[in-house]
Amino acid sequence: MQQSPDISNTLMKKRFRIGEFLAEKVITATAFLSFTFIVLIFVFVFRETLPLFSPPEPVATVEELGEQETYGDLVLTEAEQAAESKEKNKDHVDEGVTVENLAGDRWQPISGKPKYGLLPLIVGSLKVSLIAVLLAAPIGILAALFTAAFAPKWAKEALKPVIEILAGFPSVVIGFFALVVLATYVQDTFGLQYRLNAFVGGVAMSLAVIPLIFTISEDAISAVPKSLTEASLALGATRWQTALKVILPAATPGIFAAVLLGIGRAFGETMIVLMATGNAALTSADPFEPVRTMSATIGAEMAEVVFGETHYHILFLIGSILFLFTFTLNAVAEIFVRQRLMKKFRGD
Amino acid sequence: MAKTDVRMKTEGLNIYYGPKQAIKNVTLDIFTHRVTALIGPSGCGKSTYLRSLNRMNDLIENARVEGQVLLDGVNIYDRQVDVVELRKKVGMIFQKSNPFPKSIFENVAYGPRINGMNDKKKLDEVVERSLKQAALWDEVKDDLGKSGLSLSGGQQQRLCIARALAVDPEILLMDEPASALDPIATAKIEELVYELKNTYTIVIVTHNMQQAARVSDYTGFFYMGELIEFDETKKIFTVPAKKQTEDYITGRFG
Repeated sequence: MQQSPDISNTLMKKRFRIGEFLAEKVITATAFLSFTFIVLIFVFVFRETLPLFSPPEPVATVEELGEQETYGDLVLTEAEQAAESKEKNKDHVDEGVTVENLAGDRWQPISGKPKYGLLPLIVGSLKVSLIAVLLAAPIGILAALFTAAFAPKWAKEALKPVIEILAGFPSVVIGFFALVVLATYVQDTFGLQYRLNAFVGGVAMSLAVIPLIFTISEDAISAVPKSLTEASLALGATRWQTALKVILPAATPGIFAAVLLGIGRAFGETMIVLMATGNAALTSADPFEPVRTMSATIGAEMAEVVFGETHYHILFLIGSILFLFTFTLNAVAEIFVRQRLMKKFRGD
Repeated sequence: MAKTDVRMKTEGLNIYYGPKQAIKNVTLDIFTHRVTALIGPSGCGKSTYLRSLNRMNDLIENARVEGQVLLDGVNIYDRQVDVVELRKKVGMIFQKSNPFPKSIFENVAYGPRINGMNDKKKLDEVVERSLKQAALWDEVKDDLGKSGLSLSGGQQQRLCIARALAVDPEILLMDEPASALDPIATAKIEELVYELKNTYTIVIVTHNMQQAARVSDYTGFFYMGELIEFDETKKIFTVPAKKQTEDYITGRFG
């Protein structure tokens, strides 16, 4: 076929579009930059944990303690950082920490013979998270079910954004509310010995977790094809039967993911527990005793710990545990939503 | 063909979506154990009309219905009518097959279960009977535990028909049940419709005029929300009374 002169005038002039090119490069760079930051934080937290597990250096050359380490500084190369870390490790004669010590049930990091038992902190975190999720999951899920499957349009348009705004509520405000109002109320109602305890922390935390569970569950429930609802109703099912036996089961993977993310949020949340749980490192199953969570421990102690000391590294160990825990939860949640939900509607 | 009893009847039916009128003053009789086909171009209101017969339009937020839809002489839009009971009597098959993400067995057992049937033996019976009626039993009897979504499109649609039959409806509304299927699957559905009319009263909406001619006893032609013509199928397709009907059937517009 003969090329017409017209078409070669327009079509055959490949142009280099500078704006297009730059925009593409910039957003690519941004995406990789955020990814890099997260990886670097990962690396940093784990690296600060590592000295715990390497045998302590026998010789200690004591140097000036006055010099400041600059840790968050990303300008330092990996090699420099590693060197500094090693050097700093020599600064203090730590007797190191044994596994027995870590597995103990006492958290007394600043005594003559420091005890670094992580058990009370782990129990504390689990206790508060469990209470928070046990309260938040049913409320969040039922609210989502109402909003997605029952609410008239105006109610849906009012409820969803309002609850989603709550998700961005500053946790310090919730903590303050728990500390000042909720704690007294709970103590008076149940006649408790301690004002601040795991239950108060859990209730306050549930306020932070409900919006999260609500939002994700609502999305999952809304994603259930309307044709399934119609099919069920056309068979003579009531609206509630339809919601319970068709919509909820179809949305289960998403709701499951919502609860997992809720647990992750509760586990990592710091300010609320720091303010509302009493922060006593007790190992007990009683929900009305004060607890100290892992996150609150880091929050409370990191500012006062001596850089490079065993205590310092232990706080990072706690950080690593939190990191791994929430990372695993998020990964599982992601896999559940992405793969199970999709599979379910495709029917493999 | 002798006229039999009128099972359902609409009188002066008007349906509005907000300010827009989708159905204009439709009066039509649906005869017992006959297949009534509703034909017409897209957007002519035939699906809307069909959905008004078991009040599926209730689900659409700003839909409003005026006039009467009588089932055995009772206006189904009366305040006293229980929609749930109505829909058990008047079942519906949708254009796009919509099996639940459950096993084949559970799909069919869903209706009986929500009506309180829990006896495993009875459920087995109902499931088998319904699948046989829907001409699906031989193909799936060995994998009742498999997901309903794993079936082919045509099988899924017959599964939906089995599911609808399991609640013992008396009237079946079919909203273009074969429009998404290949010719072989379509032929199976049509055969099925022919079989089912001995037991059920069927109203079928279709795009496909040949299909209407093949399966139905009566045909109603809708255009722009109005029922232009309603008569025995063979009359509509051989000697239509209205010019518009003739134009549509001979393919002059559509």
